[in-house]
Amino acid sequence: MDALNAHLVPAVDGVAYGLLLFVAAAGLTLLFGIGGVLNIAHGTLFALGGYLAASVSDGSWSSAVLGLAVAVAGGTAGGAVLAAGTLPLAGRGHLPQALRTFGLALVGGDILSTVYGGDEHPVKVPGSVNGMVHFFGHVYPTYRLMFIAVAAALAVAGSVVLGRTRAGALLRATADDRAMVGAMGYAPWRVHTALCAAAGALAGLAGGLGAPIIGPGPDTADKVLMLSMVVIVLGRPGSVLGAFLAAIAVGEIETLGVSISSDWAPFLLFGMMAVALAGRTFRSSGVADGVAAAPGEAPA
Amino acid sequence: MLSVASLTAGYDGGTVLHGLDLDIPSGAIHAVVGHNGAGKTTLIQTVAGLVPTASGRVSVAGADVTGLPAHRRAQAGISLVPQGRRVFPSLTVQEHLALAFGRGRRRRTTTAWTPDSVKDLLPRLAERAGHRGRQLSGGEQQMLAIARALLGQPRLLLLDEPTEGLAPLIVQDIAALIRRLPERGLTILVAAPRPAFAASIAERVTILVAGRSAGEFSGEELRAKPELAAAAMGHAAADDSTVSVSGVSGVSAGPGGPSR
Repeated sequence: MDALNAHLVPAVDGVAYGLLLFVAAAGLTLLFGIGGVLNIAHGTLFALGGYLAASVSDGSWSSAVLGLAVAVAGGTAGGAVLAAGTLPLAGRGHLPQALRTFGLALVGGDILSTVYGGDEHPVKVPGSVNGMVHFFGHVYPTYRLMFIAVAAALAVAGSVVLGRTRAGALLRATADDRAMVGAMGYAPWRVHTALCAAAGALAGLAGGLGAPIIGPGPDTADKVLMLSMVVIVLGRPGSVLGAFLAAIAVGEIETLGVSISSDWAPFLLFGMMAVALAGRTFRSSGVADGVAAAPGEAPA
Repeated sequence: MLSVASLTAGYDGGTVLHGLDLDIPSGAIHAVVGHNGAGKTTLIQTVAGLVPTASGRVSVAGADVTGLPAHRRAQAGISLVPQGRRVFPSLTVQEHLALAFGRGRRRRTTTAWTPDSVKDLLPRLAERAGHRGRQLSGGEQQMLAIARALLGQPRLLLLDEPTEGLAPLIVQDIAALIRRLPERGLTILVAAPRPAFAASIAERVTILVAGRSAGEFSGEELRAKPELAAAAMGHAAADDSTVSVSGVSGVSAGPGGPSR
């Protein structure tokens, strides 16, 4: 009971961190899983949102709302730049996309460090959510609890949009068979641009919302990109539910895992990733079913 | 309605169609028949804009669409029912219809197809409205692919091997459905591997051999003399199938596997 009590705060922190990762990775998984675009500049869009939100925050609710609005607008604009940069590469595979978006990330990162300097930028959250709350004998930051609620609402809203609206159906159809969507009369460049803009908006929103937790700084883009990649690899690209579960798992490993076994903490995250990938390879090879694919034959 | 002039097209690996000519009047059903690799699918996909034209010209209702991408051709009134159906596995029947109907809104008229009218035409789709594409049988997927194409409000409907892999009873339903569509003002180009099926639904049939026309016949001629198609296709038996469609013998689902 004592052990459970001791790990309660890290466990809740893991949920908050996991939801932050989910919101951060949502744009990347949308763009990669549905649009087929490998966006190495995703972390830069997140950092842009964080910097923009931090730059207008003064501790009032109006500045918080304005901060989120400019973060979303900045992310959307960044997504539009990304669309223009990657559209000519359609059908040429992921390597040219990775190189181009890596270039955009370098340029974007340089602009951000020129404008905002090399220090972390603290974000002033509104006073009413800036304190601590007491639960089960522990104290916990109010903003993180609020973030859990907001991120959970965003996850539900994202699922509804993707699963219940015509726009969501169009995105799923694009993931299934892009050429057929074009043959139905939907312009591929519009779908591509809308996807990039939406992914950028999500990254900007995540950056704005997450700024009080992962303060925007020089290493934010790299850190968010790496963790987002882990989330989409574990959750499978394009799967909202998969990304959600993977993000929560990563969040718990990064917080609860450290709390339980700090010695093993540096290895836990990538150890879990290695195990998941090995298990996936094992299943797809047919070995698990006792049917190994013959040489030169695609696995069932 | 559709005019194909000196059309040459193919893939990176080589040219498949060699200077093909084709004219289909408005409201007609025209079939192209040939073995695998004869160029049927390449013709359909080139008209749809999915395969680039190397040379020649494709016109629809007098408008040159040769340089247009697939989505612009769809907006110009060309709808495709592709080989293998290619329904979206993750979308429900209802979502397919809504997506197609939404795109076709620019050409809606009082006689336009609606999700309700295609469900009246294909009642099975109404029963399966909540099922996803991957949960449908082959025949249901074919009906969905046709419904999706109709909701694009086409003037020209392209059907690529619409009976491929289907049970004989479903083949009869599909054939009956295709024959009814010109009543709604549609012009139809259908690719079929079997001359007898083509003759049962089409006014005119073009035999394709190695990407070139090896002869054009009326459906009536081929029904009376199946050996004409056999001679043009270069083998002795016009058709080796045994199922009949509305009294026309020799119709069956085509052989599996993709064709060109």
